[in-house]
Amino acid sequence: MSVMAFIAGINPVAASGAVLVLVGLWGVLSRPNLFKIAVAFSVMETGVNLVILSVGYIRGRTAPILDSAADARSASARMTDPVPQALVLTAIVIGLAVTALMLSYAVRLRTGGGDSSIESYGEEKW
Amino acid sequence: MMRKVMVTLAIIGFAFALLPLAFRAGVQAEPGALATEYLETAPRELGAANVVTAIVVSYRGFDTLGEVAVLFVATAGVGAMLTRKRLGPAAVGRRKPATEVLRTATGLLTGLIVMFGAYIFMHGHLTPGGGFQGGVVIATAVLLNVLAAPESHLAHGVMTAVEALSGAAYVAIGLLGAFLAWGFLDPRVMPTGSIGSLVSAGTIPLIYSAIGLKVGAELSGIIEALKGDRP
Repeated sequence: MSVMAFIAGINPVAASGAVLVLVGLWGVLSRPNLFKIAVAFSVMETGVNLVILSVGYIRGRTAPILDSAADARSASARMTDPVPQALVLTAIVIGLAVTALMLSYAVRLRTGGGDSSIESYGEEKW
Repeated sequence: MMRKVMVTLAIIGFAFALLPLAFRAGVQAEPGALATEYLETAPRELGAANVVTAIVVSYRGFDTLGEVAVLFVATAGVGAMLTRKRLGPAAVGRRKPATEVLRTATGLLTGLIVMFGAYIFMHGHLTPGGGFQGGVVIATAVLLNVLAAPESHLAHGVMTAVEALSGAAYVAIGLLGAFLAWGFLDPRVMPTGSIGSLVSAGTIPLIYSAIGLKVGAELSGIIEALKGDRP
């Protein structure tokens, strides 16, 4: 197996999603700043969404929307898997809600006289 | 030092878990049995051109109702935490007035952006897009107005009314499906029409419009709360 075949075997969307998950995980685990942790969670979410999306992708097929490229009869033969796409649509919205809530907690801690570093909240430290 | 080692180990472990996915994702030749079923029945039974919308609004409609509820609770949480009383007067600094360019552009663009958002959620059963995407586009119009007039406030009563009425409409249409069709959130209360026309897919466009209005109102509420000067 040559190097080219090895590279061609990589799914670019899943690979970049995996990289984003790892970057986000590193940020969540090693950054002390609460705002940066929230951003890292966002990055990780994006990565997870990309990985889920790539699982349902089928090479050479079109989006699961009926149009001139695929009609109702040829739908299941010419379209990609719609279930991961519907899941990711849900995940994006929930992710936004979680991010907004995390950021407002961080803002409240900061303006309530607290620190924006997670080190100052003893029970959260590991 | 111990901590760095643990973090490195955790990341390496995750990398190993994700490695097979980077190679195996997207190599299946056929959609699974459930996906095939959705792809074949959604256009035929529901008249929806966009199968993802049919799944989100109809087949998995109950999940979407829960999702909208989660978004509502998160908005309520953000709104409760970021009031002026809780943040204290020091949190709200003096704001610079917006420039002429931004104010003029806001006046010109607000109507267009809201119209585009409404277009996206009304065509959710035909094109990529839908209630959540259209709602977000509408919220960007609110964001633009907040930037252009930092001292202004959203009409809180109107936002609450839009949110409550669209949420109630969502549940009411769902209940209609339970009584007049085959189950809760079944869109076949109205005729499914011909695939590809605006009035088709039963109540899916109505439900997605209600979701779009609700999401737009909720995200506008988050934007307003993040300003930090809500009484």
